[in-house]
Amino acid sequence: MCVLLVALQTHAPDLWGQIFNFTDYGELLGLVRNSLIAGAVLGIVGGLVSTFVMMRDLPFAVHGVSELSFAGASAALFFGINVVAGSLLGSILAAIAIGALGARARDRNSTIGVIMPFGLGLGVLFLSLYQGRSANKFGLLTGQIVSVDDPQLGWLVATALVVVVALALIWRPLLFASTDPEVAEARGVPVQLLSAVFMLLLGLTVAISVQIIGALLVLSVICTPAAAAMRVTASPRLVPLLSMAFAVASVLGGTLLSLGSRVPISPYVTTISFVIYLICRFAGGWRSHHGWSARAVPLATARAA
Amino acid sequence: MTVVHDLVSPQTRPAEAPAGKRVVLALRDARLSYGTRTLWSHLTLDVAAGEFIAVLGANGSGKTSLLKAILGLQPLSGGSLEVGGHPVKRGSGEIGYVPQQRRLDASTPLRARDVVRQGIDGHRFGLPLGSGSARARVDDALRQVGAQEFANMPVGLLSGGEQQRVRVAQALAADPVLLLCDEPLLSLDIGSQKTITSLIDQRRRDHDTAVVFVTHEINPVLPYVDRVLYLAGGRFRMGTVDEVFTSENLSELYGTSVAVVRAGERIIVAGVPETEDAPSHHVEPADKEN
Repeated sequence: MCVLLVALQTHAPDLWGQIFNFTDYGELLGLVRNSLIAGAVLGIVGGLVSTFVMMRDLPFAVHGVSELSFAGASAALFFGINVVAGSLLGSILAAIAIGALGARARDRNSTIGVIMPFGLGLGVLFLSLYQGRSANKFGLLTGQIVSVDDPQLGWLVATALVVVVALALIWRPLLFASTDPEVAEARGVPVQLLSAVFMLLLGLTVAISVQIIGALLVLSVICTPAAAAMRVTASPRLVPLLSMAFAVASVLGGTLLSLGSRVPISPYVTTISFVIYLICRFAGGWRSHHGWSARAVPLATARAA
Repeated sequence: MTVVHDLVSPQTRPAEAPAGKRVVLALRDARLSYGTRTLWSHLTLDVAAGEFIAVLGANGSGKTSLLKAILGLQPLSGGSLEVGGHPVKRGSGEIGYVPQQRRLDASTPLRARDVVRQGIDGHRFGLPLGSGSARARVDDALRQVGAQEFANMPVGLLSGGEQQRVRVAQALAADPVLLLCDEPLLSLDIGSQKTITSLIDQRRRDHDTAVVFVTHEINPVLPYVDRVLYLAGGRFRMGTVDEVFTSENLSELYGTSVAVVRAGERIIVAGVPETEDAPSHHVEPADKEN
């Protein structure tokens, strides 16, 4: 990315100015207060949810749900109703369908594979029929530039609150069911029910993400952060915390970098997210070679030595 | 004296548990059927505290289903089942469950001690609140299986045998009166098999925990086992190893000629059909049985 940007700078200074432009930065900052709040909220929720997305092997489901969320949002745009409501509806329908039709991983993936292009097709249909501002169109697929109004922000925060509270309540049994479903079931954990509830929460989170980062790039907030965190720690407390920190850093950092430019926030967010992952991957690799898997020295042996 | 039960001559007298011990698992005339197929019936059994019962049988003979019934996950088709003196209920803390060895993913965000902790309060809803007593119990369970040295390692990086020891510790953490083991030795090397079985044996001696141990191979548990429940063809035999493991008994159970040979410390069974395919017993609820 850096090399690419340097190349861009040498050969086309104008292009560079379009990607990074920090003139009048102070004034711009005031205008994007809502976007920053929305970004932080998305980071927190996305980071938390991505922990379970990784443990339950659901990245493909995230992608599937986001395409239907996109369909719902573009339908809402076309019919002139609340876009967040439309994307929530699409997400929830997709989450229910995937949860109901695909109990086993194999079934789940084929279900998603079938639903996803259908959703994307519907979305494209509504967008082509839509006569309004074209920035809105691409916004849903690849992310907004700077446009979160007050009512929209209200929706996003309320949805995020629901997800966070619900996750806090089911955290332990969900973690148990995600590690060892058989043992969890033997201990009385309602494994099936939790699975359905989690799909619903995932749907809500995706709906928030689609508004900000765009349907095609949701995974950079709902998968990459936990994937990165799991490379450097196996502590069940640190993973969600780090994952949240990574997601917030990506979304806020992306928003701030994109301010003066004419480019949507998503390339910045995805790049930061990816760079964090790379760093964690290297750090984790180094750690594995330098003692992560070392046993504690048994006392007896230590004394003998 | 061999206790012989079958569908033709039901027998409801409890298979005797050692006198003077508390009965922790009691089955009375229990029956389990799927549709028209009966896995087992007229199963009456008392398991006393500290007893080690091995459950053997062909694939699809209902071994795993028996465990599911004891866990309250599979309702009986008839008869009754009590654990610790109460009718069976789902998610009882009186039962510890050790599943088949299945590798945990290398990136699982849990350390060995976190997995053990799940055995204490992993099933509870609401926010986890730090508790010193839970930590002490986790340490105690880890000590019982000799897993202290890798207590803080990511569980996904442990070997299969080590992961299985952690699972045993998890099952022991809630201090169960009954330990259910579903083929816990499968795909483990001989050394790990010996470690796991001797750990389980140690636990029942120290804490008087009853053990119901499902296995397809009697030899790894031979030194420890008190009684054997052998399921096949909708019938079963119950008794000590010497009583149950005779050519005559197994031939009758399987309905074909089966030879049982004693070779030193080992028992060799020859001629057992690969799977149960007698026409009257058929249709297994797919992925539930092994």
